Amino acid sequence: MEISFQTVMSQVMLGLNNGVFYAILSLGLAVIFGLLNIVNFAHGALYMLGAYVALLGYTKLGVLIGMPDFHLNYWAALIVAPLVVGAIGIVIEKTMLSRLYKFDHLYGLLLTFGLALIIQGVFTNYFNVSGDPYEAKPEILNGAVNLGFMMFPKYRLWAIAVSLVVCFGTWFVIERTKLGSYLRAGTENPELVKAFGVNVPLMITLTYGYGVALAAFAGVLAAPIYSVSPVMGAEMIIVVFAVVVIGGMGSIMGSIVTGLLLGMVEGFTKVVYAPASSTVIFLIMVIVLLVKPAGLFGRES
Amino acid sequence: MNKTVWIVLIILGLLAPFIVYPIFMMKLLCFALFACAFNLLLGYTGLLSFGHAAFFGGASYITGHLVKVSGLTPELGVLGGTLFAALLGYVVGSLAIRRQGIYFAMVTLALAQIVYFVALKAPFTGGEDGLQGIPRGNLFGLIDLNQTFTVGTSPLPLNLYYFVFIMFCLGFWMIHRAINSPFGQVLKAIRENEPRAVSLGYNVDRFKLMAFVISAALSGMAGSLKSLVFQLASLTDVSWHSSGEVVLMTLLGGVGTVLGPLAGAFTVVTLQSELSSVGSWITVIIGVTFVVCVLLFRRGFVGELGRLLKKSL
Repeated sequence: MEISFQTVMSQVMLGLNNGVFYAILSLGLAVIFGLLNIVNFAHGALYMLGAYVALLGYTKLGVLIGMPDFHLNYWAALIVAPLVVGAIGIVIEKTMLSRLYKFDHLYGLLLTFGLALIIQGVFTNYFNVSGDPYEAKPEILNGAVNLGFMMFPKYRLWAIAVSLVVCFGTWFVIERTKLGSYLRAGTENPELVKAFGVNVPLMITLTYGYGVALAAFAGVLAAPIYSVSPVMGAEMIIVVFAVVVIGGMGSIMGSIVTGLLLGMVEGFTKVVYAPASSTVIFLIMVIVLLVKPAGLFGRES
Repeated sequence: MNKTVWIVLIILGLLAPFIVYPIFMMKLLCFALFACAFNLLLGYTGLLSFGHAAFFGGASYITGHLVKVSGLTPELGVLGGTLFAALLGYVVGSLAIRRQGIYFAMVTLALAQIVYFVALKAPFTGGEDGLQGIPRGNLFGLIDLNQTFTVGTSPLPLNLYYFVFIMFCLGFWMIHRAINSPFGQVLKAIRENEPRAVSLGYNVDRFKLMAFVISAALSGMAGSLKSLVFQLASLTDVSWHSSGEVVLMTLLGGVGTVLGPLAGAFTVVTLQSELSSVGSWITVIIGVTFVVCVLLFRRGFVGELGRLLKKSL
């Protein structure tokens, strides 16, 4: 089989586009896990919710508030959806998750699994499982750019760029600022940080809110690329879990890099042997478990 | 637990097909066995697997294929499915025990997803439709499992029912034996304090793996039986929804109790058939049950009852 450089590069670039979503989602999981010790199973559902906030804001919101001409545009959705979902996250943390910290960490996983089922179930009832298109893609992001070796859709390039900015921005805040140092200290020893007068419970709440807001942000970015469907999150979360196992949740940079790399590997697999592309990440996980059980960036316990 | 409880339960099991709809009862037995097998791992070893559907559903495909295409008798089909699940359990277990706690759950979930993709894409699984029209066949080539006996006005598939019931009792007894043996004591020690079990000289990984394989095999047996009862092996049974359901059954009934998984399976299966009219709202109801259960009664029905009676049930 003849595989041209162009084909490989275009699939790898499309893969990188998936990779940035993996990166944002696994980054959010890692941030939440660091402070709350909970694996947020609802992450995929909240990513889906973000996409729906954008979709419904565009199609239904105007009618709902009695102004049929009003449509929430794409740029506004990029801000509004993370805020809405972040607020929902804060409510979830305050009312439910915060009651579970003193018990086994597995209960957090089970609770968020239940929440994922609820959110996904509600949307499955009202929306088509095969998905609805999001048609509010801004004019300026239509068309393609010549990258030299290929023509690449402008929108995907934008999605990659803005995701990278958000990922590395988050990394910078956590690893290089004073606020981040509180967060890292809270991850290491919450009791001690409390003793220094830092409001740890508030920090935990905001961290969860920020983590799920990231998921919603990824959801809005994904909306114009894929169709918006109730199951988009469920498909995503399992892959992201594998990404997290491969990278290890101990390191912020680790989860970003792993997400990007695995997206590209997935794209590459599409060229080489397409049927394996949906499982290649899981197979890599198997290899990593055999070779380096703690994950590529994980610390041996 | 005392003898009378067991005798009452066995008599109830024997009389059940005359009282409730036999297919419902068999479905219940399959899921109850599945939940009991799962509980061996979660309740007695402290390992949360989020991929048990791979064994349950995977075995149902194997049994379906053996019986339908290869023309084997049902007991060999079930045996084949069970062995397959044990083997798969060995592979998945060996990989998953390399990570602890929450990672263990994620690894099992991801590995089960591979099985799901195979079931979706492989040429012998029927893709989206699954394997349909699996024949029940003749047990040992002698007893026709399709035969019905008319009691009153309704024809009852008693041969099939008692086959499923006997297999359930066998599986349940094996789990019961495992829990109450020195082997089970070690599992409990690992659950309570793994480093201490290691320092006492136990090869913890080997015990975990053995528990995993037994649990996988019996989950597979449950799936194999289900494929004979419904004459169908479907994608639903290998999907992560099923993995979640068995977690819910165990949690709802009571993690680490003998009767809990039975009560949990009964509740969930009844909910599903009673509420089948609400369509996909059932997912929401299952989700709400999860949340309520985790927040309000983490011990489950049987666990809370046991606490009230100050007895281990």
